[in-house]
Amino acid sequence: MTGVNDLRMRQWQLRTPLSEEDIGRLQIGDIVFLDGCLFTGREGFYHRLFDLGEAPPVDLPTISNVTFHCSPAVNETSPGVYHIPAVSATASFRFDKYLPLLFEQHGVRAVIGKGGMQPEVYQEVFRKYKAVYLTTVGYGLGAMYGRGIQKVKEVYWKDELGLAQAVWVLEVEKFGPFLVECDPSGQSLFALANEEINQTFEGLYTELPQPKLKRLGEVTSPGKEVL
Amino acid sequence: MISRETIHATAFELNRLAAIQIPGDARQAVGRMYKRETNKISKYVLGQILENYRIAVDEQRPMCADTGLPRFYVKVGNEAAVEGGMVALEGAIRQATAEATAAIPIRPNRVHPISRHDYNNNVGVHAPTVDYSFEPNVGWLELTAVHKGGLFGGDYRMLFPADGIPGLKRFFLDCISEFFRRGMSCQPLVVGIGIGGTKDTCVRLAKEAGCLRIVGDRNPEPEIAALEEELLQLGNSTGFGVMGLPGDGAIMDVHIEIAYAHTGGMPVAIQHFCFAHRRMSARIEGDGSVHYREDPGWFTPFYRRDSVGFEELEEQEA
Repeated sequence: MTGVNDLRMRQWQLRTPLSEEDIGRLQIGDIVFLDGCLFTGREGFYHRLFDLGEAPPVDLPTISNVTFHCSPAVNETSPGVYHIPAVSATASFRFDKYLPLLFEQHGVRAVIGKGGMQPEVYQEVFRKYKAVYLTTVGYGLGAMYGRGIQKVKEVYWKDELGLAQAVWVLEVEKFGPFLVECDPSGQSLFALANEEINQTFEGLYTELPQPKLKRLGEVTSPGKEVL
Repeated sequence: MISRETIHATAFELNRLAAIQIPGDARQAVGRMYKRETNKISKYVLGQILENYRIAVDEQRPMCADTGLPRFYVKVGNEAAVEGGMVALEGAIRQATAEATAAIPIRPNRVHPISRHDYNNNVGVHAPTVDYSFEPNVGWLELTAVHKGGLFGGDYRMLFPADGIPGLKRFFLDCISEFFRRGMSCQPLVVGIGIGGTKDTCVRLAKEAGCLRIVGDRNPEPEIAALEEELLQLGNSTGFGVMGLPGDGAIMDVHIEIAYAHTGGMPVAIQHFCFAHRRMSARIEGDGSVHYREDPGWFTPFYRRDSVGFEELEEQEA
């Protein structure tokens, strides 16, 4: 069986929108850099689109099939002109329920973010749409990712959602690196890592008693991931 | 007399330096981990973290775009005279935070917790957080800016004396299990642990232990220092590296602070301070001169005092 250290870590530089062929070649542990265009979105974007049923501020497939769970650090250099020196991802598992709709209705095929999602989401949703999850590296590499942003092409819903939650359309060049966390076959890098680590980690608990006071929601089995 | 404008300018500069330039102790700790790491993806990630530190300084970019919840720790010399008093001091810090948010920029993270309204300046109700402590016989002010994320990497648990150190170890490992997977805590990191006091005191001390002591520093109580070393070793033998990937460890250091607790309880809080280890300090002398430095110097003997009177400590420090 393949372990994390056996992964090939091949490097790819891909142009958006990502083609089916490009995505099809990706495997977990590969490193990806992007050229082209993508749009950001987080709580506010998903809430308006899928909870409130509003139309997107722009026809999303005309922009890109890549979305990024993040907020930028941004300054307005002159009215309506924005500069983004740094950008970092936010944890993606909070948005997993919206992804089937994002893939189905808006053509998204690559999600960039932090921390990935549960293996079941990959098996049920990503595999079906032949989509990939690309995790940012680190995660706080704001300066490095900021360097890949060439231009803010547009910002939507800024007044409605604020700077951190707005939908930013970014023109990027050699934007990365990202690690392939879920490949189109639905495999997960983090699930593989968890399996390996649990073999050592659970052993550390053998001598340690349970706490005197138990609580609802507590982790009772250290090998079980709670998301 | 320390002028309001000096405090304002210093607070602005501290926000700028904190956001861009990671202190040497943390940078070097990550460098040592990079050299030691034997797992290839973990090593690759550590290399990128070091590269990002460099780019941030070279190109004067915020090193992480999630600039966390900017906050200040202020140590006030008992003899310090501040123009406009403490109200003016806090006003200067709030103004500097709002200005720095737009100028650096720092992401405007602070929103109303229910309506989610954002003033886009990191200022609001109890924002920025400002904590104060005092120091006898001196006329300076010390300011430390900390930008720490706030979503993952910490917890609180009421343990009991019968849980003891094994209970603490279990809680310490549970936090690793909860937050190291997928790298949610943005490791490598410093673990701050607060033991004792009331619930709020131990959470505060854990935060201060994690954010306000430099890598390699040890608690002056030998038993606590030994526990810091023991937990550091335990935490780095879990199999976790960076990003929840297999690795040779992801903890730069463990810092423990204590407060006297209820006789029946042993409350514990744990805080993970990530590799985006943003802190910067400055002392403003009574004559208005400003000296920037990386060690906050927050935990003075006076701050950790256990005596009824302060006279002996005051003399020592004078």
